[in-house]
Amino acid sequence: MKFLFGLLALLAATLPARADGTPKHGGILTFMIPADAPPSLDGHKETTYATVHATAPFYSVLIRINPLNPASTDDFVCDLCTEMPKPTDDGKTWTFTIRDGVKWHDGSALTAADVAASWREIVHPRPGVASARQPYFIMVDEVSAPDAKTVVFKLNFATSAFLPALADPFAYIYKKEILDRDPHWYERNVMGSGPFRFVEYQIGQSMKGERNPDYYHEGLPYLDGFTAIFAPKQSVIIDAIRADRASNEFRGLPPSARDQLAKELGDKITVQTGDWNCVNMITANHKKKPFDDVRVRRALALAIDQWKGAPALAKIANVRTVGGVVFPGSPLAATKEELQQIVGYWPDIEKSRAEARRLLKEAGAEGLAFGLQNRNVDQPYKYIAAWIIDEWSKIGLKVTQKVLPTGPFFEGLRSGNFDVTVDFNCQGLVNPLLDIGKYLPHTVYEENYGNYEDQKVIDLYQAVLHENDSVKQRSLMREYETYVLDTQAHTIMMPWWERIVPIRSYVKGWKISPSHYINQDLGTVWLDK
Amino acid sequence: MSVTVFDPDALDLRPSVWSRSLRFCRRQPLGTFGLALVLIIAVTGIFAEALAPYNPTANDFAAMTEAPSLDHWLGTDQFGRDLLSRIIFGARTALIVGLSSAFVGGSSGLVLGVASAYIGGTIDMLMQRVFDIVMAFPLIILALAIVSIFGTGVQNVIIAITIPLIPRCARVVRSAALVIREVPYVDAARACGFSAWRIILRHMVPNVMAPFLIMVTAFVGQAILAEASLSYLGLGVQEPVPAWGLMLQGGAEEYASTAPWIAIFPGVAIMLSVLGINLFGDALRDTLDPKLRDR
Repeated sequence: MKFLFGLLALLAATLPARADGTPKHGGILTFMIPADAPPSLDGHKETTYATVHATAPFYSVLIRINPLNPASTDDFVCDLCTEMPKPTDDGKTWTFTIRDGVKWHDGSALTAADVAASWREIVHPRPGVASARQPYFIMVDEVSAPDAKTVVFKLNFATSAFLPALADPFAYIYKKEILDRDPHWYERNVMGSGPFRFVEYQIGQSMKGERNPDYYHEGLPYLDGFTAIFAPKQSVIIDAIRADRASNEFRGLPPSARDQLAKELGDKITVQTGDWNCVNMITANHKKKPFDDVRVRRALALAIDQWKGAPALAKIANVRTVGGVVFPGSPLAATKEELQQIVGYWPDIEKSRAEARRLLKEAGAEGLAFGLQNRNVDQPYKYIAAWIIDEWSKIGLKVTQKVLPTGPFFEGLRSGNFDVTVDFNCQGLVNPLLDIGKYLPHTVYEENYGNYEDQKVIDLYQAVLHENDSVKQRSLMREYETYVLDTQAHTIMMPWWERIVPIRSYVKGWKISPSHYINQDLGTVWLDK
Repeated sequence: MSVTVFDPDALDLRPSVWSRSLRFCRRQPLGTFGLALVLIIAVTGIFAEALAPYNPTANDFAAMTEAPSLDHWLGTDQFGRDLLSRIIFGARTALIVGLSSAFVGGSSGLVLGVASAYIGGTIDMLMQRVFDIVMAFPLIILALAIVSIFGTGVQNVIIAITIPLIPRCARVVRSAALVIREVPYVDAARACGFSAWRIILRHMVPNVMAPFLIMVTAFVGQAILAEASLSYLGLGVQEPVPAWGLMLQGGAEEYASTAPWIAIFPGVAIMLSVLGINLFGDALRDTLDPKLRDR
């Protein structure tokens, strides 16, 4: 009997693997990247999926979320390290041992010095070098490589936000020699140690990679290579999947596309769905009048009927849940009742819009006309813009949408050449303590584009980050959220995204996660053809 | 004894406008049909506020992707916006872009073409080479490049479409002006000491109006198509401005199988407007060209 139960248990344990079948080697994966050319190929600098989808297969990272369990928020595994370490020094020192025998694609050996140098560029970039996620690592004091196999992170303070931050999918390990020679080299070039070697990049057209025969994960990758095709238009992507010119796109398609592909392709398409740690915001440029006036910013928020808009938009766009600054579903997220106390979430929209008109009149901004900068991406950017422009018209605002391709859009954000912009906060892993760093001033968090200075929001953030008691942490989070969204109305949250990925059924070994940034190195992907 | 001086103006043998119009309608039934379409679109665009049953930019989440019905004659789009109202207002966008681009591009081409022919020599040669370079690019490619530089929006779309039209008009007008440059009254004007600009504007330009008008008519249709193409590519006017090409670009692709009316009606509007303008342009050419007039 014991033997029978043991056998059943063994069978049950192997079921997931059997359901996906035995991985096969070979084949070229062709997938779409729903964007124009990324501003650069440098993962340390960029925040867009256009960069990470095109380049992640070429690079290694120190640790990552388990590629076979990417929906988890705490299942971290080593990529370049040998085993996940336990912290010492009251949680302030983390020591990683680097694998033996890891080679760069040029054949030279990867050492701890390369890992430490890459992390130093992320944590403490030298002047003139951009690091988009530098604010995630304010807890890190020093990164060092005492020998060729050891990397040590010394923290200023212990925090549970550190390990998830370390698993950042953009934190590519670059070659120290190249970084020392030219820290901008990786913006235009590729040379990593990941599962695929660089073959060709046609700007804005395609990226090609081939299997790395020296890859350090035994037996991986399964694919002979991949071709990523840039195509910002959704119709092109759907046509490509329908005609099997591409297997999928990894970002996420809207409900209508899912229904259409499922209807037309039947069991030839598999749909993976999940919550998405991604949200659009509307950010006013505080350096431009009248958006330096908090009354105007609050009026912009008050005009929008989130509670009615979100369920309607969910039918046509990949957004669903009304939320605050924290990923909905997280223990730190606001409840509906808590949200309804905040400007922009009032349950009575008529009262809300009356207050918006009053504030505009008081600020001398009645009938204000301005431009809304947006990104040339259909889902959900353009849908959100079409929705809020109509909402704003209900309080007499005249808004013109200015749509820009990805590159100029980011240039516009960084140069501050806009009135109001559709902004976004898409994170690799659900790590609310770091995810909310987006709402800190630009001087603290480089990817904030509101152009404001505000010491109080920094102080509130520090308080949340250093608090380890969950009840107090939640309370402090509410203070931070209310200050950002209501008191100062620094930004306006749009409904949070829902991730829907229809993928050709022959593509195996890839699992959906709450982020379209993670699990994109394609090392475990294989084709059942 | 009184002398009667013959006054040719007193004996107006020219047919009246009314009879000429009737003759045009009788001889050019397709052109008349085209003109009627153009007039309907023009009236629709001009009186859009009075004709549209709904606000063309107002979302109605209770009526998303509704099929044509008594409430919404042409149905609604994915935001619940009334398609008929958006098509009516879209006529205004098409007219603004089409007419502005055609007239500005055509007029600039007219002046440059006549000036090039009149001045001749090196300047003429240089201008023609510049026109050659501009004309080497298809209209839509050049317009795409210009929009990429200046950005999207109605004004920039007009600029983007206008620039490629200039050399196309200038080239045709120049060939007509080269003939006129040699006629005696231009020599006479030159002998009288008139300035070059006076000769160009007062004596040559009026005599190349026939090919010019035909070109401009064709340009209106081309500009409407170019605007629709740019908007379809996401580089023209932007949401929520009602524009036919943009309507095709938005939900039309996404809902082609489930709500085909979102694509069909703006497509029909583009087709009818371009058809009308082209038919009218062809008829105008036949009427104004003395070689074709009496066929």
